[in-house]
Amino acid sequence: MKSINQVLISRWGPAVTGAFVGAAASLLVFFGNPGNMGICVACFTRDIAGALGLHRAGVVQYLRPEIPGFILGSFLAAFLSREYQPRSGSSPIVRFFLGFFAMIGALIFLGCPWRAYARLAGGDWNAIAGIGGLAVGIGVGIIFLWNGFSLGRASKSPAWAGIVMPLAAVALLALLFLRPLFGPEGTGPVFFSKSGPGAATAPVFIALGVGLIVGWMAQKSRFCTVGALRDLIMLRDGHLFSGVAAFLVSAFVVNLLLGQFKPGFEGQPVAHMNHLWNFIGMALSGLAFTLAGGCPGRQFIMSGEGDGDASIFVLGMLVGAGFAHNFALASSGAGVTANGMTATVIGLVFCLAVGWLFRIKMD
Amino acid sequence: MSETFVVDARGLSCPQPVIETRKALEKHSGGPVEVLVDTVTSRENVARYGESHGWKVAREDTEDGFKVSFTR
Repeated sequence: MKSINQVLISRWGPAVTGAFVGAAASLLVFFGNPGNMGICVACFTRDIAGALGLHRAGVVQYLRPEIPGFILGSFLAAFLSREYQPRSGSSPIVRFFLGFFAMIGALIFLGCPWRAYARLAGGDWNAIAGIGGLAVGIGVGIIFLWNGFSLGRASKSPAWAGIVMPLAAVALLALLFLRPLFGPEGTGPVFFSKSGPGAATAPVFIALGVGLIVGWMAQKSRFCTVGALRDLIMLRDGHLFSGVAAFLVSAFVVNLLLGQFKPGFEGQPVAHMNHLWNFIGMALSGLAFTLAGGCPGRQFIMSGEGDGDASIFVLGMLVGAGFAHNFALASSGAGVTANGMTATVIGLVFCLAVGWLFRIKMD
Repeated sequence: MSETFVVDARGLSCPQPVIETRKALEKHSGGPVEVLVDTVTSRENVARYGESHGWKVAREDTEDGFKVSFTR
């Protein structure tokens, strides 16, 4: 165990983590998760929002155990290595809306950065426009960072403050196993899809196990799919990018071995072919993630470490997912909606304003 | 030996500690420079930047975090 942790905190950590996450993503599809969606932080958060009744899109409702697994795996890893450090106070409400709009952008494209790479590794060439948009969004974020962008300093919180998100993760798992049904129509308050992507699920214990391991590994190695491009472009530092490269290679190889690699644009699972809006949606996400300091996976990992600001961000993502479906903003296989385009533009204006207006004066 | 330049990057989120470190190291290219951070992540990011740019880097625990010292 100790030697594994030594590898994870070494310079090989992100690559080892990326290789595991990529292989796990492809394997989870094999075990039942939706196509090219073995692990998608945004989609799974959206499924959880649906399961909790925050939206009523019947095809995307499931309490994905991977997500609470991330939080708990990260919490345990951080706690045992004394990196559990409750902190908050860096413009939390702004971070909430960065999370909100990051989710809107991700649901225009139909995937977070993790899934963008998973889609590419599965042969879905529509992902290329999304990854291009992601890079541009990160690039715009970098311009703001060079010009002194900051959401301000976080400070230490009381020791118990960081336990809230791990407890919330335990509560989600309890709801998954207990499946309470006392709603008016004999369903709910927790909803589970009977068809569609929300009904495509890997066995609970495999999904939870992968979530816990990924949470652990990513906490140790700081694996981050947005930091990967950011550091590569901004600092010529390939440390985190090695994680994304390893993710792509291992997801591709496992897909190939399992017969899941199906190259092309048409007929890809949970995807549409509007390249322009794939690009713009991910540009919004990339900018929001960069301003918030990390990709959605990383935000969940940090919320497990006790970072209250990252926790607010993921709650913003959860609420954003609810709005995305209630207001018909989310795309589907049929394409992008007019409402979704409007919301994306509003999100871009918000993120550009935040990037421009928020600066910190260093002494 | 010139006076030590201190950067207080405590509480700043990723990647701002590295950006502030880079600015300080470029401005005070003879060193020494000290950077205060409050998470292990920031400590390692800042140290890695210095090490890959030819600085001698020392890490130290402080009361409320870490001090990373850069010398030539």
